[in-house]
Amino acid sequence: MNSARTEAAAPTSRFDRLIDWIDERFPLTSMIKEHATEYYAAKNFNVWYVFGVLAIVVLVIQLITGIFLTMNYKPSAEDAFASVEYIMRDVEWGWLIRYMHSTGASAFFIVVYLHMFRALMYGSYKNPRELLWIIGVLIYLALMAEAFMGYLLPWGQMSYWGAQVIVSLFGAVPGIGEGLVEWIRGDYFISDITLNRFFALHVVAVPLALILLVVMHILALHETGSLNPDGVEIKERKDSRGIPLDGIAFHPYYTSKDLVAIIVFLALFSAVMFFAPEMGGYFLEHANFEPSNPLKTPEYIAPVWYFTPFYAILRSVPSKAWGAFLMLAAIVLLFFLPWLDRCRVKSIRYRGWTFKAAIATFVVSFIALGYLGLQPATEKVYVYAARVFTVLYFLFFLAMPFYTRAEKTKPVPERVVYQHGE
Amino acid sequence: MSDEANLSRRHFLTVATSVAGGVGVVITATPFVASFKPSARAQALGGPVQVDIGKLEEGAMVRVVWRGRPVWVLRRSADMVARLKAMPDSLFKDAASEISLQPAFAKNQVRALKDDVLVVEGVCTHLGCAPTERFAPADPELGADWAGGFYCPCHGSRFDLAGRVLAGTSPAPTNLPVPPYRFVGDNLVLIGEDTGGAA
Repeated sequence: MNSARTEAAAPTSRFDRLIDWIDERFPLTSMIKEHATEYYAAKNFNVWYVFGVLAIVVLVIQLITGIFLTMNYKPSAEDAFASVEYIMRDVEWGWLIRYMHSTGASAFFIVVYLHMFRALMYGSYKNPRELLWIIGVLIYLALMAEAFMGYLLPWGQMSYWGAQVIVSLFGAVPGIGEGLVEWIRGDYFISDITLNRFFALHVVAVPLALILLVVMHILALHETGSLNPDGVEIKERKDSRGIPLDGIAFHPYYTSKDLVAIIVFLALFSAVMFFAPEMGGYFLEHANFEPSNPLKTPEYIAPVWYFTPFYAILRSVPSKAWGAFLMLAAIVLLFFLPWLDRCRVKSIRYRGWTFKAAIATFVVSFIALGYLGLQPATEKVYVYAARVFTVLYFLFFLAMPFYTRAEKTKPVPERVVYQHGE
Repeated sequence: MSDEANLSRRHFLTVATSVAGGVGVVITATPFVASFKPSARAQALGGPVQVDIGKLEEGAMVRVVWRGRPVWVLRRSADMVARLKAMPDSLFKDAASEISLQPAFAKNQVRALKDDVLVVEGVCTHLGCAPTERFAPADPELGADWAGGFYCPCHGSRFDLAGRVLAGTSPAPTNLPVPPYRFVGDNLVLIGEDTGGAA
């Protein structure tokens, strides 16, 4: 086009002059450099490293579909259920937008659970990435709040009774319990008032907090730099230009790699959305196709699958206050992970068998609790099984300082292990 | 006049400004926090409800709504009362209703003003589900020693015909709450108000 562009440092094309004009007023080029073209990540990322980007993709899907849903949804006890059916039947493409949003909710948790498991395997929560991990756990908490309040909005039976169960958990707070529950509901029961405020929180307050936390998460990541499957800090070995020897630029190398992941993800996402949006009652529970009725509890109440591990912990304790406490503790313990793990080696590739056994036990316990949380509470065997897995879940965290201190680790390489054509 | 900053004065002003600002933030937050409480309309809608039990058969139950909560009025048969009274205290978590919620007049074995009329909130004290009617003794699902009562399908809490929670596997900590109520006629129950006036 313009031959002048090849003569370095003399921007004469119109486009370059526009960029210069912007850069004098807004740090556009420097931001792109800092966070994309000159942000160096280790060259040995494997497939586990795509879930952060996928979480952002789902966040965008949820924000856009959510905005369009609010255009037809009515947050009142009288109209809510009918307005969702109206979106599903009468609004052009409304069913697609709604299924995108409901499938997106489950996809968000799948992606985030895999993302957290990656961090667990490769030690991404360890020094110096403790704050990155803590911000991530806060995102997870905000996500749970967002999903919980969003689930009330269709105002079906499961929406209503799920909210009833979870809100009444706050009644276990000593002293102020009942007053606190009334304050959260704004009424003596889950009512129109509760629905209206959950709508406001779900649509405005929590998404704002989520976006802020995601920005902080990315800034913290770019401050410390991404870790990698070998758990080697690539910043410790740089070339003469100050670029990590094992690093490659996020853009274009990882953006193009992530694009492949995004396409595969969207294919799977579409398959669920078009062919199994209810996912056999796991993504959209059958009981929720019946309008809420405060006087009739569904035969059994189970939360959506992503909450069932914690629900199983809650149910395994025959005491309301302790059940609620353990459920809370199961989440709060995540914040302390960076300090509970005393081993200096980061990646599971070079860690001892004790940690590998512990992480395997943890994963099995988490999945088992998730399964048990979906089962009716009448079967004693399920209750006892849930107790065993609850104990194992807590042991993973509480025994961690002991089994990680004396861990027999393997030598960690100085550079990342990478073969061309891998 | 010296050009040097008076650091202790500066520190004092910083702290004083922060404290004054902090007080302002707390005061400003008050209306927002308080707006979450039940509104005047919600409070008004929570007034008492009258139930006519004249046509209620023995062993039958009506459900009414008071403050959005299901309130059950059960006409207990003589047989039900006999079964209830035969159960030893050791079967219950709170046999004497020491830690449960009820007006003083219902703090007895039958948890009611009259033996034949039970008024309880149909809300499980565990997590707020609605227990189901399982009035027949020896229910096949609940076992041969089941003496009749209420069973919560959510998490398996069991209550007897006075709403007392059975010890053992029930996660519910306390008996079903008895709302304030009084008889305004032989067969008229006013729920939400007891003899001591408004609840």
